[in-house]
Amino acid sequence: MSQQLKSKYDVIVIGAGPGGLAAASAAKENGADDVLMIDRDLELGGILLQCIHNGFGVEIFKEDLPGPSYAQHYIDKAREVGVDWLLDTMVLDVTRDRKIYATGTDHGFVELEADAVVMAMGCRERTRAQIKIPGPRPSGVYTAGTAQRWVNVEGYIPGKNFVILGSGDIGMIMARRVTFEGAHVARVLEVMPYLTGLSRNYVQCLLDFDIPLQLRHTVKRIIGNDRIEAVEAAQVDENWNYIPGSEEIIPCDTLLLSVGLIPENELSQKAGVALDLVTGGPFVDDGFQTNVPGIFAAGNVVHVYDLVDWVTTAGLTAGKRAAQFAQGYCNENPQYVPTAAGENVRYVVPQKIDPETLTEEQIMLQMRVTQPMEHAVSIEIHDGKNLIAKKRARYARPGEMASITLKGRDYDAVRQAEKLEVRIVPK
Amino acid sequence: MPVTEKMICITCPMGCTLEVTHEGETLLNVEGNTCPRGEKYVKEELTDPRRMVATTVKVKGGLHPLVPVYTQAPVPKPRIFELLAKIRQAEIEAPVEINQVVLEDPLGEGVNVIASRDLPEV
Repeated sequence: MSQQLKSKYDVIVIGAGPGGLAAASAAKENGADDVLMIDRDLELGGILLQCIHNGFGVEIFKEDLPGPSYAQHYIDKAREVGVDWLLDTMVLDVTRDRKIYATGTDHGFVELEADAVVMAMGCRERTRAQIKIPGPRPSGVYTAGTAQRWVNVEGYIPGKNFVILGSGDIGMIMARRVTFEGAHVARVLEVMPYLTGLSRNYVQCLLDFDIPLQLRHTVKRIIGNDRIEAVEAAQVDENWNYIPGSEEIIPCDTLLLSVGLIPENELSQKAGVALDLVTGGPFVDDGFQTNVPGIFAAGNVVHVYDLVDWVTTAGLTAGKRAAQFAQGYCNENPQYVPTAAGENVRYVVPQKIDPETLTEEQIMLQMRVTQPMEHAVSIEIHDGKNLIAKKRARYARPGEMASITLKGRDYDAVRQAEKLEVRIVPK
Repeated sequence: MPVTEKMICITCPMGCTLEVTHEGETLLNVEGNTCPRGEKYVKEELTDPRRMVATTVKVKGGLHPLVPVYTQAPVPKPRIFELLAKIRQAEIEAPVEINQVVLEDPLGEGVNVIASRDLPEV
């Protein structure tokens, strides 16, 4: 689909993972004639292709699909609606006026122009350097996602005896995966007092295979010169200080790190997009438009989701709004109302909304709680004085995104609000 | 003796914490489930626990040396490693098509192992 490259497109989407695939198809279906996806990989689908486990699509398809099958649905869709794509191509720069500079195997260095751009670069893993584990630097210390690519796509297993730091979903899923391939997982360590991934993964990845998890524990030191030989694990107190006497040497030949994901926004910053320090992603409005007109962002590049289904949903919205912007249909002078994180809420996305959107569609506010709340909670939107909307949930957990949807009936209240503060409080 | 214990439902990403009272394999009471699937999960978990299994199969002549595969339906939990051993022996040829049957009912449970993506020839 890359044979006839044009120099100008209505919408260019950077990244062809779930966010980008959804955005590109939605842009095409909402009237953009020429839509191009650019991706650095050899094939479409992004990281879903290495996520071979089940659990994708439960919200959208009401089916329990493996990652590659979920991706294939949207790859087929992009092909069907006539999206173009450019693979094995690295975007080097994006400017405020939406010029894109890229280099790749098929066309060499190219300069492209777009009426609207969707940033869909996803996120990347935090590494050892970012969590500052002391000790020598032997081989055998990898991020969980890198190991996932080796085991599931390239056919290599990096060790026989693993320790996994972090109870994020990728870490737990890799614990099960290497167990399937005959390796031993000595321990999963989590520095927080709670699980950071989904509870179901604790059951089906760790409990099922008797893999021990220790909360409030971390790696104090890495031991080994050429190859890792062991880690020194230790318990931490409420102030994150090691508790003396709790140290334990755990022999291993591989340490996998599953210690968080960071939205990948180097290109966004080059284009002048302002980032929210809490999410690591751009400040966006309800159409996922950034502070730079015509530059949108979709999926994990905005904030890290726990379910791909929500990445797709965000991509569909961003792609539709990008197509509308490219065609000149958009609110020229939006009277934005900011959202704010209130009690027990760490952040809210989008950071601002245009009330006029509610005359046409619903707006989902997405958030994460600061701490686990294992009893019934009320998710509430306040304007400072009055309660605008509320929703009940059985519980709220930091590892699982919470949401509340504003509807047409909320239009008047939202239009008059100075801010929309979201609180999650015990019921 | 009836026992009450906590179980986490794994049917969907919500992961409801269930309070389950049972006597051996007999379920007496479930609380904490958001939908009827929670009770169904507990009943199966007490009598015949099953899991979906996803792994990879060797491929000759494909874009990658492996293709991801999964079971069309959950299989008995105690037989997971028996299934993995059978899958590890298989080798297929590219091109592979999504949903192609890679192993036909390897456990005699009426569950096929199928490919989860297209894999082109190179």
